[in-house]
Amino acid sequence: MSTTMTAIYVFTLACFVGYHVIWGVTPALHTPLMAVTNAISAILVIGAMFVAGSPEANQSVWIQALGFFAVTLAAINIFGGFVVTNRILAMFKKKS
Amino acid sequence: MNLNADFFAFAYLVATILFIFGLKGLSHPKTALRGNRLSMIGMGFAIVVTLFHPSVSNYGIIFGGLAAGAVIGIPLAMRIKMTAMPQLVAALHSFVGLAAVLVAGGTYLMHAQEGHVSAVLLTELIIGSAIGAITFTGSLIAFGMLQAILGSAPLVFRGQHALNALIIGAILTLSGLFAYDHNVTLFAAVTVLALLLGFLLVLPIGGSDMPVVVSMLNSYSGWAASATGFTLNNQLLIATGALVGSSGAILSYIMCKAMNRSLLNVILGGFGTTAEAAAADASKKPCRSASTEDAAFMFENASSVIVVPGYGMAVAQAQHAVKELYEQLHSRGVEVKFAIHPVAGRMPGHMNVLLAESEIPYDSVLELEEVNPDFSRADAVLVIGANDVVNPAARTNKSSPLYGMPILEAYKSKMVYVIKRSMNPGYSGVENDLFYLDNCSLIFGDAKKVCEGLVNCLKAN
Repeated sequence: MSTTMTAIYVFTLACFVGYHVIWGVTPALHTPLMAVTNAISAILVIGAMFVAGSPEANQSVWIQALGFFAVTLAAINIFGGFVVTNRILAMFKKKS
Repeated sequence: MNLNADFFAFAYLVATILFIFGLKGLSHPKTALRGNRLSMIGMGFAIVVTLFHPSVSNYGIIFGGLAAGAVIGIPLAMRIKMTAMPQLVAALHSFVGLAAVLVAGGTYLMHAQEGHVSAVLLTELIIGSAIGAITFTGSLIAFGMLQAILGSAPLVFRGQHALNALIIGAILTLSGLFAYDHNVTLFAAVTVLALLLGFLLVLPIGGSDMPVVVSMLNSYSGWAASATGFTLNNQLLIATGALVGSSGAILSYIMCKAMNRSLLNVILGGFGTTAEAAAADASKKPCRSASTEDAAFMFENASSVIVVPGYGMAVAQAQHAVKELYEQLHSRGVEVKFAIHPVAGRMPGHMNVLLAESEIPYDSVLELEEVNPDFSRADAVLVIGANDVVNPAARTNKSSPLYGMPILEAYKSKMVYVIKRSMNPGYSGVENDLFYLDNCSLIFGDAKKVCEGLVNCLKAN
């Protein structure tokens, strides 16, 4: 199996997992769901690290700059997304 | 350290599993915080492991970027008001989109330096950049509308759909050329066209359809991460992007269903532009009005009261007054429930967050299916800043544009009080039949002032 085909397998199966997990999320928590998916879609930071940290980046300011800004943007999402999700979830309290 | 490829693949699998359990935690408020912690661990683990990857060096740039992100992101998240959550989410979506474009561009330059690039990789790169670009500009427009920098009226012009089709055609053609014979100009051209398409796709969608737009862009940001995973052949990005993508897609579906509209109908846009006409004869029919004293007396002597909050409550900043009202009634032994329609607010679940913020316990906040059977047993209902979602025409009037939309059946209760600023119709522009029913009374005034008035009446007794 080619690497592309493996990738398609992973992608398709992950869509099914996502479908089942997300339908289980209670509607009351749909806002924190969006906030946290925002944070985890910033897993793109790994890709950004592979660009910014690549040996090729040493030879090109362009690659360095693209990589740096990509890491920064993804990191804003990671920190911002997780912190705001935490803040929201801490508000959900039971009847005392 | 010399670690092999399988080590990294395995570590990324662990991170993926942590994300899945993290999302699963959101199935109940009790487990949600723990879930969020799992997702954070997954992210931290993935980043740390990547630092040890043999093809990653230049730690200065990486740490610089991460630190800059923390410095910008954390204060932003700490200070944001809960009413402004939709804007924050839209802004964060745009960052993911732009990051995907930058990573695709950077990856292309890296490979171009080495010489030969396969057609498959070029296709993946151009798709990644295009999805990222659409997410970026689309989210910027959504942010602008939510932040009221741009008007919320949909921008519709002749030939709009033809223009979009033309741009999509051009993107596909140029992408094909790029895969066949790549150069930077073609890459840039496709990206610029996709940026333009992002603007054009969101502009015609009305401000009130924002819950769908925000969910859709949430989905795109996931697909953008997945596409990047394809270019880097990184299963963690592919799987995580797919999780986020399906999450956004499901939320869009739920929102559309709650408005009884198709996704295509929302995307093609223009809803709400012809709305004003329908409201013409609004003031002709007689309707009752009530004073806050009357309403307070009813609520006080009721055994069960249901509150239906809408976005109007948030606009009037009435949630804290509502919480006081809840406490006053609760302390008198009145059972108070809150009924939330899926599209109340500007993003999915927005109203639940606003109520939670004002410290109303989540177990008295109910969803549409849970609460609808209770309306016929309720002694009184208080509607605060909601309109279309309680319109019985959605059930009874086949010619109404709302017909078929799931509603909160407030009209079935013994007595309904609606706090209203004026007789203006809701965003759909459809007149609300509820106001003219015998069991309905209107309390005219600002939502916050009326709620405070109710609290004062209760305190006086």
